[in-house]
Amino acid sequence: MNYAWNWAVLFQSPYLEWLGQGIAMTLAVSTAAWIIALGLGTLIGIIHSSTSGPVRFVTGSYINLFRNVPLLLQMFLWFFVVPELLPKAAGTWLKRDLPYPEVVTAIVALGLFTASRVAVQVAAGIAAVPRGQSMAARASGLSTAQAYRFVLLPQAFRIVVPPLTSEFLTIFKNSSIALTIGVYELTAQTQQIQSFTYQGFEAFTAATVVYMTIALTVTTLMTIIERRIAIPGPTARG
Amino acid sequence: MKRRILELAAIAVGLALGTASAVQAQATDAVIDRIKAKKSISIGYREASIPFSYIDAQGKPTGYSTELCARVAATVKTALGLPELEIKWVPVNLQNRIPLVANGTVDISCESAVNTIGRQAQVDFSSPFFISSTRLLVKSKSGIAELADLKGKSIALPINSVPERLIKAIVERDKLNVRIVPVRDNSEGFLALSTDRVDAFSTDDILLFGLRSKAPTPADYEVVGKPLSYDSYGFLVQKNSTVFLSLVNATLARLAREGELAKVYGTWFEPLGVPLSASLATIFQVIGIPE
Repeated sequence: MNYAWNWAVLFQSPYLEWLGQGIAMTLAVSTAAWIIALGLGTLIGIIHSSTSGPVRFVTGSYINLFRNVPLLLQMFLWFFVVPELLPKAAGTWLKRDLPYPEVVTAIVALGLFTASRVAVQVAAGIAAVPRGQSMAARASGLSTAQAYRFVLLPQAFRIVVPPLTSEFLTIFKNSSIALTIGVYELTAQTQQIQSFTYQGFEAFTAATVVYMTIALTVTTLMTIIERRIAIPGPTARG
Repeated sequence: MKRRILELAAIAVGLALGTASAVQAQATDAVIDRIKAKKSISIGYREASIPFSYIDAQGKPTGYSTELCARVAATVKTALGLPELEIKWVPVNLQNRIPLVANGTVDISCESAVNTIGRQAQVDFSSPFFISSTRLLVKSKSGIAELADLKGKSIALPINSVPERLIKAIVERDKLNVRIVPVRDNSEGFLALSTDRVDAFSTDDILLFGLRSKAPTPADYEVVGKPLSYDSYGFLVQKNSTVFLSLVNATLARLAREGELAKVYGTWFEPLGVPLSASLATIFQVIGIPE
């Protein structure tokens, strides 16, 4: 291979700043999307655990729609197609007046996509709590809301910590898809460094190391949380 | 060293004469070795770089650049005496084409790559086969004629391209209040313009003419503005593959001399309403070096 390596390029101005900005954007987009995903996903997951057919159909439709359409396509749809379907004034506002439309779109798209996956996990977690727990809660005179709040959810969340960890990791990696609608996150900045310096391998190596660091940090953090909240006993191990 | 230069010169002359023996004697060219070993040549193409390199209705790579590279492959076939030489088409994009050529996945990238000094650090370029300039595509009714007219408006630029850097530099230098919307490729740039997300899309003018001709109503769009750059296109070849590169250039030289290059140009560009410019006609004379 005829390639002139130059690692120093990563520590030069403005490339180092670009990497920094890329990392900041990746963290910002992923964290914001994760807040949407966790909030909305939990809500939908809880509703989806209901026994009512029509309710399950509605939540199931959301889950299937957002889980089965590739994220790349969803980003494109939110960015280019949705503003065209809205009334003209709203569409124009989304396209031209909204500050940072690409960043906002990316956060919403990534958040809604991940929410569908979180919903499945939360619903599965609730389903995994032994049936006797829910029956006992009702028998002790707790309302449905109280049963969820005090008995089912605290156990379900402990069970789903490991799959939620992977989802949390995935959101950082999926945030790179935001570059397709013009968000300068880590991968986009890396490509920009390559485009300016033609030192693509160095830039991509740096991005790989950053993504690995983020992933390992998240894993460590979640392991600590998992250990802290574990209840001794068979159900807690999930 | 001197001896080696003489040897290379002799090989280049030999190639230009179309004699295959000199190539076979020279075995140090990585690209030639690879082609011989695999009995195939991998040609990089783009999916939407109209009319240079794009996918046609049948899903096959086509265009001005790919057609020229098919001629290059024919030259390689005869020069290396490989009658069963197979062409492998490899899709490339703005981000990966240089690494793919540098690491040898692609033997020659045939699309619309601008020759720059910076890029020459990683790859070699063939003789120029096209000249373009950065201009603007706008809606005919918008009244925009120059970059300066975009004050307070927005412009779409392809991520990590030469025009992106150029326009950003001008916007910063002239302190123009223009919002930049990065887009992934030319078709998304056109989409952003046609849906009024932006007021202009800027890239190489020829690509803009291509997009305009493909629009549902081409008359709604206009390519405007004075040329902001002078960019010569070349095929990308792995660095220091002198033997292969001279085969490529010999093909272009022969086509230029025989008037074939102008003819191929005509088939791709006249339908777009872009006749052969004086500067490109000169380029065709310059690269048409004799055998």
